Amino acid sequence: MRSLYRNLVGLIGFFLLWEGAVRVGLVPELFVPPPSEVLATTVGLLGQEPFIRDVIATVLAWAIALLISVAIAVPAGLLLGSVPWLRNATRVIVEFLRPIPSVALIPLVLLVVGGGPEAKITLAVYAAVWPILFNTIYALSEIDPVLMDTARACGTSRGRMLTSVALPHAAPFVFTGVRMSAAIALILVVSTEYVAGAASGLGNFILEASSGGSNMDEVLAGTVVAGLIGYLINDGLERIGKRAFRWNEVAGEAAK
Amino acid sequence: MTQVTERATRLRSQAVAGLSGFARTWLVFIGAVVVWEVATRLAESVFFPPPTEIVSTALQLWFSGPASQLFLSDVVFDHILPSLGRCLAGWAIAVILGVGLGTALGRSRTGMDYVGPLFAFFRAIPPPTLVPVFMVLFGLGPGMQVATIIFGAIWPVLLNTVDGVRAVDSVKVDTARSFRTPTPYWIGMVVLPAALPKIFAGLRLSLSISLILMVVSELIGSLNGIGHELISAQRAFEFPLMWTWIVLLGILGFGLNSLLLAAERRVLRWQPNRNNDG
Repeated sequence: MRSLYRNLVGLIGFFLLWEGAVRVGLVPELFVPPPSEVLATTVGLLGQEPFIRDVIATVLAWAIALLISVAIAVPAGLLLGSVPWLRNATRVIVEFLRPIPSVALIPLVLLVVGGGPEAKITLAVYAAVWPILFNTIYALSEIDPVLMDTARACGTSRGRMLTSVALPHAAPFVFTGVRMSAAIALILVVSTEYVAGAASGLGNFILEASSGGSNMDEVLAGTVVAGLIGYLINDGLERIGKRAFRWNEVAGEAAK
Repeated sequence: MTQVTERATRLRSQAVAGLSGFARTWLVFIGAVVVWEVATRLAESVFFPPPTEIVSTALQLWFSGPASQLFLSDVVFDHILPSLGRCLAGWAIAVILGVGLGTALGRSRTGMDYVGPLFAFFRAIPPPTLVPVFMVLFGLGPGMQVATIIFGAIWPVLLNTVDGVRAVDSVKVDTARSFRTPTPYWIGMVVLPAALPKIFAGLRLSLSISLILMVVSELIGSLNGIGHELISAQRAFEFPLMWTWIVLLGILGFGLNSLLLAAERRVLRWQPNRNNDG
């Protein structure tokens, strides 16, 4: 209870500081409106249909991208993690593909896929695949050999070993990867909307609001909503993870 | 004596294994490039030029300068070095701020209670959405870009430092206290080394974020830099040129990450469980 009280004190203190800095004239009000104005704009925007549609477009693109990345990365990770020669053979390619900043591909994807929702989903998938893939491979390499040997000694088939030993062991790690990917995918979706000027979406809303230069309250309101979405996604996934993997003592460790 | 020879044999076999691993690694890489070349030549798509064309464009673009500039062309000095400078400057400032603040917050018992939710919210904000705010505050230029990079890169360092500082072994805490270790020594020689593995994990994440935000901020609003050249090549439909910038970003990402990994391995060599995986 006391920590909740401190949380509130911190939040209120931050808003007061911001409000004060603007009112005193430390930052020009035209550029950074005070929080009272931003909050009022945020509340106002949440009642408007076009803005809600932008938010839904962003969240939907994010959800599709995350689903596709899970569908690609988990099977690929299981395959690469359980077949050593395949992992060695592809390691270099993966190591060279991964560090390419996904945003560098924005111009290319715009050309090949076009400016529609496919573009942001493609980019978000490209960026979100890596954490899940690496966590899956890592989880498989960390399996206690005694567990595998025990299963083998009991005559468990290869397929059964994958579903009954490897998958439950890997699940918490994979889930941590999904959490990291969720944050990355949201950043990529919003960035692509912002850079490429998509037809709809939160990033596009911010781009349009900022192009006039005088609607900074709307820009900041959009940023606050984007931050809230990110926060809710992360918090929600964390709760799900804690619930689903309560049996696993590394879950607490892996969740970091 | 036998121990020495044994060790030498082991080292030699390790070296051979490392060398063959290295050769295999590069063979696969070369094979992938050959496949890429053949595929693009067969497909003949304008969007996907063959790698040989990308390399020749890159050579001409970067290494056509006079001898007095070490054969580096003006492009390197006008675009690549400023970009790298902004990326590393933003990252360095984020690291200093993040480690400093993180140590202070991690040592204080109630600090994180006050700012925890605020930081969790800040971290969740996609940093590119703040570019317009930084743009009006700092104008078009390096200030805006460095500010964006700092804002994006600071959170992993800060939150990992807090975690690492909090997890200092309680025996070490009690030992240091019973010796009445002065605070500067205590922070510098016990707390920070214990937190280093966590801090390095944060450093790696924030370095790749810095590179991403460097590109994003240059794509949106910049007069020079890699991202600016990338988007103008795309707008001019010069696809080989666009690809050279994409490849360069890949090389930069790979290079910076490898450098940091090498530094991490050196700095954390004393850690007992790190020697196994060499």
